Amino acid sequence: MRTKGQKGWSLGANIILSIMSLLAIMPFLLLIIASFTDETVAMTDGYTYWPAKWSLAAYSYILSQAAMIGRAYLMTILVTIIGTGVGIVMTSMLAYMLSQKKLPGRKILNFFVVFTMLFNGGLVPTYIMYVKTFQVKNTIWGLIIPNLLMSAFLIMLVRNYFENSIPEELYEAARIDGASEFYNFFHIALPLSVPILATVGLMMGIAYWNDWQNGLYYLSKDAGSQYYTVQNILNNINDNIAFLASNASAGVNLADLPTTTVRMAIAVIGILPILMVYPFFQKYFSKGLTMGAVKG
Amino acid sequence: MEQKKIKKKKGQGFLHWLPFYLMGLPGLAYLFINNYMPLVGLQIAFKKFNYAKGMWDSEWSGFKNFEFLFKTKDAFIMIRNTICYNIVWIILGMVFGVTAAILLNEVAGKKAKKFYQTAILLPYLMSMVIIAYLVYAYLSPTSGLFTKIIERITGNAPEFYQEAKWWPFILTFVNQWKGIGFGMILYLSSIIGIDTSYYEAAQLDGATKWQQHRLITLPLLKPTIIMLLILSMGQIFRSDFGLFYQVPMHQGVLNPVTQTIDTYVYNALLKVNDVGMSSAASFIQSVVGFIFIVVANKIVSKADKSSALF
Repeated sequence: MRTKGQKGWSLGANIILSIMSLLAIMPFLLLIIASFTDETVAMTDGYTYWPAKWSLAAYSYILSQAAMIGRAYLMTILVTIIGTGVGIVMTSMLAYMLSQKKLPGRKILNFFVVFTMLFNGGLVPTYIMYVKTFQVKNTIWGLIIPNLLMSAFLIMLVRNYFENSIPEELYEAARIDGASEFYNFFHIALPLSVPILATVGLMMGIAYWNDWQNGLYYLSKDAGSQYYTVQNILNNINDNIAFLASNASAGVNLADLPTTTVRMAIAVIGILPILMVYPFFQKYFSKGLTMGAVKG
Repeated sequence: MEQKKIKKKKGQGFLHWLPFYLMGLPGLAYLFINNYMPLVGLQIAFKKFNYAKGMWDSEWSGFKNFEFLFKTKDAFIMIRNTICYNIVWIILGMVFGVTAAILLNEVAGKKAKKFYQTAILLPYLMSMVIIAYLVYAYLSPTSGLFTKIIERITGNAPEFYQEAKWWPFILTFVNQWKGIGFGMILYLSSIIGIDTSYYEAAQLDGATKWQQHRLITLPLLKPTIIMLLILSMGQIFRSDFGLFYQVPMHQGVLNPVTQTIDTYVYNALLKVNDVGMSSAASFIQSVVGFIFIVVANKIVSKADKSSALF
């Protein structure tokens, strides 16, 4: 039984949400079209949705620079896989420990984790510690270890799942059969937690894939550039454009900069995997965001 | 026999718990290194830091770093920008998020609903570097889409990256554009939880859709809204470094409207090499930020314990 008013609302909602969806997608469309635009057309007409001449030149340039960009791509993949893999193992093991309701010292340990959400030393002490004490500057560890490996937020998410979704009796039964705690963790807790682990893995994976800050802090332009990920390369190009804009006649040579369209093509290949994978994992992603947002 | 074994385990000595502690150890060690060890470094804010001498051997300088910091114009600008942008964005984000969630809930088709959700959430999972490129495609002084269109209409091209007046709007737009999907699914998850019989009863009484949302949805969303508002107030002293650093392409001319505590700390530390000022600003952010979060959380836990962080 749908009344007239309801139909109007539904229509209005569809129209407004269509506009919002369009606004969300249009910039990406411009980015992709720009990467397929002929260089001279891009220079004279600017980036448009309807370029006068199309071209694959930007992509063939990227292919010719495969040594640099391919390397960065591999770096991104490597960092994402190592970071997400190690992060998820450490997160779930710690969460498993915290989920033991009778564990001596549980309260203190929980607080130890939660406190990291409330207070942090900030960039300066963290940077100095990682550079001076742990010597991560210009190593791949500088991309993997600082800040991204674990977050209290995700630990709590997994802990809550272990606590609420896996009945204690399963462990008890296994213990009677002589199973060790490690066996319980790997053969009972983990297999039963696939949904939450997929969500957490997805969030971590995206964080690593998107990260440029660790590269900005811990890789220098000369000695660290061999570890550049795609995001670091994009950031570096941005940096050079910025430098050029504020020092119009300064030393940067225009010819050294990737052209207007190549820039966009690098950005496109940087987001391509996310664009391809995301629609299928959207459900897990949304779930992860909503689960943790209200409850810690 | 069996029974006895279980009973013995219930005695639960250290050996029983050892495997659990071992499992937790790597994670705890990481948090200790990544989050606790830097706290010792907060003392740098009160020292005349010298790279060669290191943190411990550098001389104490009392509040000198803070004095210097507050003598500059930067201190006022960055604190004002951080707080003002946050307040405006928190409010806008709430209004847009709730509106979008209510609208999405009105969509009957499952496929359409999924499409909207997927599309609107898309910007949320892009890195700020990518977003800087997207913005640049519209605003670039040589080939930006908007730059060219305005040039064609008015005859002269605007220099977006050189004029501060545009940026409060650009940054606000980008922030909302990126975050609206997140707000939407957040509030949607609360709306879905509302008992549909309220609406059915209201419809029988002849309530219009507008009345239903004003008198049922909004009041029932109120606890969630207030909770999220207070929690985000706790973050008011922090800013999205990527947004302020990447999107305006770090142009100094724009500093009056784009500099926040986070960009200042970064620039002072890694560009200007002024550890003193940088650590002073960083220290203020950590401590004031902590106070804000604790106060916000106290308020939340008074109202609803299950929503509090701790």
